[in-house]
Amino acid sequence: MLCQNCGKREATTHIKRVVNGETSERHLCAECAASQGYADVFSGFGFSFGDLLGGFLNETAAPQNQLGTGNRCRKCGSSWNDIVRAGKVGCADCYRTFYDRLLPTLQRIHGRIRHTGKVAGSVGTYAPVQEKTEEELREEKIEQLKAKMNDAVAEQDFEQAAKLRDEIRELEA
Amino acid sequence: MKKWYIEKGDQGDVVLSTRVRLARNLEAYPFPNRLDVQSKKKICAEISDAVLSDGSNTFHRIDMASLTPSQAVSLAERHLISPEFTTDREGRALLLTDDESVSIMLCEEDHIRLQVMQAGLALEQAYDIADKIDTMLDKRLQYAFDERIGYLTQCPTNLGTAMRASVMLHLPALDATGRISSLAATVSKLGLVIRGAYGEGSSARGSIYQISNQITLGITEQAAIDNLRAITLQIVSQERAAEEQLLQNESEIDKIWRARGVLSSARLLSADEFMELISLVRMGAARQIFPLSMEKINELIVRMQPATINAASGQNLSPAKRDAVRAEAVRTALLTQGDEEV
Repeated sequence: MLCQNCGKREATTHIKRVVNGETSERHLCAECAASQGYADVFSGFGFSFGDLLGGFLNETAAPQNQLGTGNRCRKCGSSWNDIVRAGKVGCADCYRTFYDRLLPTLQRIHGRIRHTGKVAGSVGTYAPVQEKTEEELREEKIEQLKAKMNDAVAEQDFEQAAKLRDEIRELEA
Repeated sequence: MKKWYIEKGDQGDVVLSTRVRLARNLEAYPFPNRLDVQSKKKICAEISDAVLSDGSNTFHRIDMASLTPSQAVSLAERHLISPEFTTDREGRALLLTDDESVSIMLCEEDHIRLQVMQAGLALEQAYDIADKIDTMLDKRLQYAFDERIGYLTQCPTNLGTAMRASVMLHLPALDATGRISSLAATVSKLGLVIRGAYGEGSSARGSIYQISNQITLGITEQAAIDNLRAITLQIVSQERAAEEQLLQNESEIDKIWRARGVLSSARLLSADEFMELISLVRMGAARQIFPLSMEKINELIVRMQPATINAASGQNLSPAKRDAVRAEAVRTALLTQGDEEV
């Protein structure tokens, strides 16, 4: 079997992950395995399986509306696509921004979605649940309308596009 | 100062060491993968100040970029840092106690990776130490935490308690009788994972394995530790029974004596050969085929890793030269031991 990463060399390292009974397998050559950190088997601490997790997020994430992918974390600027691509979350706020979309993944990784255990002393000093502000909802709405407008232009439905443009202007005012 | 790994702990014939690791991040900054070197340095300084301002532990600070590659890899071989931490060292720092039992990696995958190591099976003790330092830091720093999903980490697999507890086990007889893979399948159903501690894949060098908790969300630290402890004790008793069984066979006992013979007289020892033979000798000592102190064997396993030999010699030895240095150190250690005990 050839390496699933480079497709050139013989796969000699077989990685099998079983998480809550779900099995996933990858077959890599020695070089690709080393470059992806699998050669160091004692790397369990800080074990990085970015791309594996990336696939995981993609696969298990809740169905999202197309336009939503444009949303970014306000603190670090990560989009959902950035997180899926890297298999890494950008900052603490990303968890709050993309909470709903991350939940199915957390459910699959851990089997549970509610923390029990030690609680940080800082709890309560900042809002743990970040409700969307009016401003954010408005921006989201504008974003959606812009996308619709572009679609209308692409389909040469200028009448519809003009209508949407006026709606956007009204919201932006 | 005496290093922690020179001690022999509870269940020391099978359990080499226990490790508890907590991952923490600061609320105010993006996770390290989104930081440039300058910001990493700033965060390292902020956390170092918080740790060092508490007088109850004596940490010294190591800037990772100041180390030679051998010195860095040697820290990983001693399991004080992750292999990942040895690459891309610019902007990262390590806080280490003199006995090397507590290490804090700064700006690894998470801002803070606090790790406590103890000899033998000592999950409670290791967690207590980690917990105290964590509580102290919590007063000085603002952690990234969410009431619903716990401590926030860069990788969602660590979320929740962000605690990874692990036990390093020497399982030569379960390995020899081919029972590791079925063991791995069983423990995975219990939310634990077992993997080789040295070397690649399932072929763990020296039959040294590490078992750790996989699930960190929705389970308390205490429950995760109890779970790991219970499973470890079962594996320990299985391994002991398998060793007794195996050593009913004269040819297995012969193998052990031969391994000791080679280690006591070889002039060149590769890392692979050393691990294979010391594993047999360790089993012989564990089952009291001959008197040989576990502490000495455990220390040799740590000291004879390639980068650790290089780091100790202060130069970059060729593999052949390293094999000679290793053979001499092993010979000396085993001979001194013989003089004491015979």
